[in-house]
Amino acid sequence: MAQALNLADFQREPGAKVACLVVAVLLSVFALYVVSETYSATMQLHMYLIMAFCYAAAFWLMTRSNEKPAQVNADGTPNYNEAVVRYGVAASTIWGVVGFIAGLYIALQLAFPALNLDLPFTTFGRVRPLHTSAVIFAFGGNVLLAASFYVVQRTCRARLAGDIAPWFVFWGYQLFIVLAATGYLFGVTQSKEYAEPEWYVDLWLTAVWVTYLLVFLATLWKRSAPHIYVANWFFLAFIITIAMLHVGNNLAIPVSLTCPQSVIVWAGVQEAMIQLWYGHNAVGFFLTAGFLAIMYYFIPKQANRPVYSYRLSIIHFWSLIFLYIWAGPHHLHFTALPDWAQTLGMTFSIMLWMPSWGGLMTLSGAWDKLRTDPVLRMMFVSVAFYGMSTFEGPVMSIKAVNSLSHYTDWTIGHVHSGALGWVGYISFGALYCLVPMLWRTPLYSKRLVEWHFWISTIGIVLYMVAMWFAGITQGLMWRAYDALGFLQYSFGETVEVLHPYYLVRAIGGLLFVIGSIIMAYNLYMTARQGRVPAEARSRDVAGDHIGDAGAVPAE
Amino acid sequence: MTYEQLYTWAGSYGLLFLFILFLVSVAYALWPSNKTKFDSAAQQPLQDDDLGQ
Repeated sequence: MAQALNLADFQREPGAKVACLVVAVLLSVFALYVVSETYSATMQLHMYLIMAFCYAAAFWLMTRSNEKPAQVNADGTPNYNEAVVRYGVAASTIWGVVGFIAGLYIALQLAFPALNLDLPFTTFGRVRPLHTSAVIFAFGGNVLLAASFYVVQRTCRARLAGDIAPWFVFWGYQLFIVLAATGYLFGVTQSKEYAEPEWYVDLWLTAVWVTYLLVFLATLWKRSAPHIYVANWFFLAFIITIAMLHVGNNLAIPVSLTCPQSVIVWAGVQEAMIQLWYGHNAVGFFLTAGFLAIMYYFIPKQANRPVYSYRLSIIHFWSLIFLYIWAGPHHLHFTALPDWAQTLGMTFSIMLWMPSWGGLMTLSGAWDKLRTDPVLRMMFVSVAFYGMSTFEGPVMSIKAVNSLSHYTDWTIGHVHSGALGWVGYISFGALYCLVPMLWRTPLYSKRLVEWHFWISTIGIVLYMVAMWFAGITQGLMWRAYDALGFLQYSFGETVEVLHPYYLVRAIGGLLFVIGSIIMAYNLYMTARQGRVPAEARSRDVAGDHIGDAGAVPAE
Repeated sequence: MTYEQLYTWAGSYGLLFLFILFLVSVAYALWPSNKTKFDSAAQQPLQDDDLGQ
């Protein structure tokens, strides 16, 4: 009976699989063509990587069962696709540690320039984008991927849409990360901040991202819950806006199909404007909207009480959507950008003060949980950092303040209070929640979470304070004039003054790295002691062949 | 369409349109009869049938 069913499935369902196989083969042929024609060794390496990806995908597709996974388990609960979420959790943990170490390395280079080893691959200019992309896109991106796939299934009470597509999103995204990172180190970059990868890597990411959007939308479409929970609205805004920003900012024409370089379709101040429309909204929709979605699911989950005011969360959502997109020009104060555009950017940045205390208020009446639950405390502190850096940011966007802070280390400090405090801590919180839920076991050690929390927090404080001092010192020295109207300090003098602050910053970074390694160990041990519930594969769960299809009702 | 036309349109009707859209979404959030729907939606993360919660 089961065998006959399998055969019937094979005859009915090979369409998507065959289509994917054809695409993989065609892409690998194209990659081979580029390898033979291009002058760039880095592009050759990239094409070999793409070929390897295609062959691995083809092998995986051919050995994969034709039976589609069941939509529901035997007991009527949705048959959630948790495997891809587990991969996302593991990937983000590993990339996180790598990205933090890269950051520590370049922080040490600023204090001790000899550490650039005098090699082109290890200079600050090449490792810095590696660090930013590793922490934002590899660590943060995988956290968002895993969390969005988990949250959309759970709150929609439906299995993730698609069978091959979610895996393409996950592995395609990892390939993007590897292509981007190797490109930076070997010098293939279009030099646009946070959008450094060249045209062919951008196209690859576009394919991955559109698939991500379709998987997410299709899951929302087949939900069995009546209302779309607010976290999914934030996730959807994040996915759609990043697609729009990525395509808009990377409209470039390749020199030729076999050349890694491309030329942007606009130039000059227009490109600067579009670059920071992208850059600032990547912060707004990648690092804010996406992680707010995580906050709106995981803080209520961990505190075991609903969000303080669901209405406030809806208003929060629409305020973010309507206001954030205009704030980008504040990166271009006192440049060739028209003055009205600068003022517009400043005004909308100030309006971003509209706070989001809904996350904190969720805990009102349960404040004691902050003392006993270190994971909850981590997420709580992250929302506090969110409040603080979204207060600091608008202050810095005011032109008068910006004239002191811009191009100084104050900006670096601001970015890191948001990145380490808000994005880092809410991500760690989500990972500490997800691993026990995915492996059906309590955390290996709460004590280690305490250690992680305190070591990292001291690290963040050292980092921020050092950068405040450094930035303001730098800003004041740059604008100091002597009695005759000449600049009082040479640039070299300002650099010399900063050395102790850079040391403190590197120590802060080291503490953050240590914290993340403690977390990685704790999560690994948790996963090891847990168990992975079997996923139901059969399509007709109500049928009589449930037993041999391996449908195990989860507890 | 010239740059000036686009600029004028965006600064008047475009702005008005977006502002009204924003007011509509706030009204939706605060509309009294939506309260029960939102209260049940707020419970969604807490109902996991298979995780013992």
